[in-house]
Amino acid sequence: MTWETVIGLEVHAQLSTQSKLFSTAPTKYGALPNTQTNYVDAGLPGVLPVLNQHAVEMAIQFGFAIHATINNNSYFERKNYFYPDLPKGYQISQFQRPIVGNGYLDILLSDGTEKTIHIDRAHLEEDAGKSLHEAHSHHTGIDLNRAGTPLLEIVTTPCMHSAEEVVCYLKTLHRLVRFLGICDGNMQEGSFRCDVNLSLRKMGQKQLGTRTELKNINSFRFIEKAIVFEQLRHQDLLESGQPIIQETRLYNPDKNRTESMRTKENENDYRYFPDPDLLPIHIDSQELTRIKNAMPPLPTEISKRLQQKDLLPQESIEFLFTSPSVLNFFNEVRQKSIAPAKVIINWLKGAYTAALNEKGLSFETPLIPVDQFALLLTRLTDGTISNNIAKTLFNQLLISSKTVDELIEQEGLLENKNDAALVELIQSIIHQFPQQAAEYRAGKEKLLGFFVGHVMKETKGKANPTEVNALLVQLLSVSN
Amino acid sequence: MNKQSVSELSQALKNKSISAVELTNDFLKRIDLHRDLNVMISVNEENALLAAKQADKRIQQGQANPLTGIPMAHKDIFCTTTMRTTCGSKMLSEFTAPYAATIVEKLDKEGVVLLGKTNMDEFAMGSTNESSFFGPVKNPWDPTRVPGGSSGGSAAAVAASLSAFTTGSDTGGSIRQPAAFCGISGLKPTYGLLSRYGMVAFASSLDTAGLFARSAEDIALILQATAGFDEKDSTSAKVEPVHYSEALSKPLQPFRIGLPRSTFHPDVDSEIQNAVLEAVRLFEQLGGEIVELDLSFQSHWIPCYYVVACAEASSNLSRYDGIRYGHRSQNAETLRDLIVHSREEGFGMEVKRRILTGTHVLSAGYYDDYYVQAQKVRRLIRDELTHALSQVDFLLGPTTPTCAFKINEKIVNSTQHYLADIFTVGANLAGLPALSIPGGFNTQGLPIGIQLLSNHFNEARILQLAHHYQQNTAWHKMTPNGEEK
Repeated sequence: MTWETVIGLEVHAQLSTQSKLFSTAPTKYGALPNTQTNYVDAGLPGVLPVLNQHAVEMAIQFGFAIHATINNNSYFERKNYFYPDLPKGYQISQFQRPIVGNGYLDILLSDGTEKTIHIDRAHLEEDAGKSLHEAHSHHTGIDLNRAGTPLLEIVTTPCMHSAEEVVCYLKTLHRLVRFLGICDGNMQEGSFRCDVNLSLRKMGQKQLGTRTELKNINSFRFIEKAIVFEQLRHQDLLESGQPIIQETRLYNPDKNRTESMRTKENENDYRYFPDPDLLPIHIDSQELTRIKNAMPPLPTEISKRLQQKDLLPQESIEFLFTSPSVLNFFNEVRQKSIAPAKVIINWLKGAYTAALNEKGLSFETPLIPVDQFALLLTRLTDGTISNNIAKTLFNQLLISSKTVDELIEQEGLLENKNDAALVELIQSIIHQFPQQAAEYRAGKEKLLGFFVGHVMKETKGKANPTEVNALLVQLLSVSN
Repeated sequence: MNKQSVSELSQALKNKSISAVELTNDFLKRIDLHRDLNVMISVNEENALLAAKQADKRIQQGQANPLTGIPMAHKDIFCTTTMRTTCGSKMLSEFTAPYAATIVEKLDKEGVVLLGKTNMDEFAMGSTNESSFFGPVKNPWDPTRVPGGSSGGSAAAVAASLSAFTTGSDTGGSIRQPAAFCGISGLKPTYGLLSRYGMVAFASSLDTAGLFARSAEDIALILQATAGFDEKDSTSAKVEPVHYSEALSKPLQPFRIGLPRSTFHPDVDSEIQNAVLEAVRLFEQLGGEIVELDLSFQSHWIPCYYVVACAEASSNLSRYDGIRYGHRSQNAETLRDLIVHSREEGFGMEVKRRILTGTHVLSAGYYDDYYVQAQKVRRLIRDELTHALSQVDFLLGPTTPTCAFKINEKIVNSTQHYLADIFTVGANLAGLPALSIPGGFNTQGLPIGIQLLSNHFNEARILQLAHHYQQNTAWHKMTPNGEEK
């Protein structure tokens, strides 16, 4: 029998606001327990939530990016359940009226086909704290640093059918939220987490099968493995006539299998109701226009531009999309330098990345002021310096606070641009090797390299190779 | 001295016929003398005297505000940093907040002298003050009777002159009903006029901070200092400031008063009916036109109120789990036990009853029939009241159907007990301002309260009308018998 897998996803993207969704406490990750927490986050008696407008704006930007409906007068509800790291005994979330509804995201699969993923809703909610079971031997610690951190929960319809589609959608979504600047996308820190709802049905059947939910998987690789495992598990059960139990499961990466966490019977009745401490979110059309105008270009727009205007190959574009800081750095250099896009990318991919790796840094922490890096590539492009010298200068810029021009002057690296000395040198070399010069003129063009090598040797590599080439071609062709 | 009004005391402090320290000592002595009334949960003499000294300094320097140096007390539902905030519960009996409620901060800035925190029904649930973990408060007019609730301590404190004025909270009548039982004035302002920040939540969409004093004139003075938008409370209103005290003595413009026919329902004490009729006559003399009307949804007020209030309470009180603060059970092996036992031990009967009711009405399968239905009914109630108030300027009626009942009388039958709020909950459901003022005494010498309602943010007019009434009556000047001055 052939089975069709049906998958819907819930992604929790942590919004990169400075403060929490309903309090003024900072959202910094990795701080000492309970140092990023205030009375509101701790759910003390009598405190009240106040909505962070930035989080609302980010959610709306996301809505625009996926061509969704922005719900005017969406509101917050309370999801009631007891848990030690849920300080109020309820989570403030959105249920009946999410801020973003009914959008879509197009993804490009590896075989080149495009697929539209329907996004049913995206709603704002606060995160819970963390229980620290390992920190103490006789009791559990509670860290409320994460409590109240704003999340955007992005829910698709059950419209995916394979692990490949899921991972492709997740990567596209991940890129989108990062390049919108609304989520740092750090999966290790839990800024981008995914729950998978999966079921199988007979091919051609309309009704969905019983689903299981895989919770909180934090890497694309694990998501792929978990789905493959779960597909087979469902298939085995179905084919041997056993029932699928509707339940929440966790993926165990060490054993590469999913394990039951809780069944439906043990789920809470969350008793959702509108939070009376908060007013509905009302956004007028002027406000919507302002938010829309403040949006950065979408990854698809950037990609199109790079492809069509800069004629960059897909590989280079992918490199620029590694992270927003790479693209930003590229754009800045691009703006400040006459160097062609390809040259900039080659430098960023090569020398620059190598230097970053050596220091264990990322593009977020520039190694060299962007002005100087741009100037370096300008000097290279206008022929003031050769590639070799540019590399030497780059290494010097890493350790020196001097400018490119200061270093060029200091090291005497300025090239003998078109000057008589270079012409003279080339002529004397041609005279030194009459045999080879004659062979060249007779058509053995490979010998050009022989002459270039000699010129470079005499100039200790300081001459501009392009210029040397041009002069050699010109001077060799003159028979004497 | 301590039987004078806030405005008289303010005058006396200003012209230095008494110092704030002397006045504070007077009040502290009276509090001590009347411990048997069980009005206060906490008293902080040291801090009170310190505040009094600072107030005297401010008065000396000519930088005093009208409330500088006035001894007062907060209902123990408002968070204070100098005293614990128990909310009348074992759950919070050891809890001291690291922050002060906005209303507490505002009054501190005015330079009031905080004497202590007043007793109340547990988590403001009740109308007799008998659900307090700290024991019932006794009515100063008759110590065998209740002072009303939930702000029973605050009302009794003013009636017994243990505090010049007090704060309270009103979710279904918790200010107006005890004000009526204790023969003083009590204002439940428009929802959103006073910040709820730092006021322990019972039912957030109904909870209103409010005030007790002898007269409307005093309340106007205190409202001036406490009203206004607070960025820490998203439900507080951005409204233009109003000068309540200035509005008081302006001559009354012609006005219409609506008198609901429910006032004359046989379940309402005839002596209370007569007091309302007497008030009607006075208002007519003051230039009012009386219009009898029907509020057809009035019979739905109480059921609607209990669904909404209990639903919100069940969620608001979830934070008391014994994990971060509050009562923590010493007798728990598992996490589940810890939460269950802490709540079992920390909450009293009435609180548990309402949490259960609220949990039920929000449960899957019941939500639509109870909670959603109640929201619809609430809208109808609100619409009916605001419509009535578009035809008349005020609504007048009794605050309560009976005078103060005996301690232990109503504990037995809680549904009966809930009917104590029959005239008051409408204002909460509709978010309207309502004031209870003394309107006479019954033959047993117990105070009778009459209630005035008006449209949203119409506090200035209610207080003005009540002030004119009080210029022509002396009910609000009466104090309980058998006490030496």
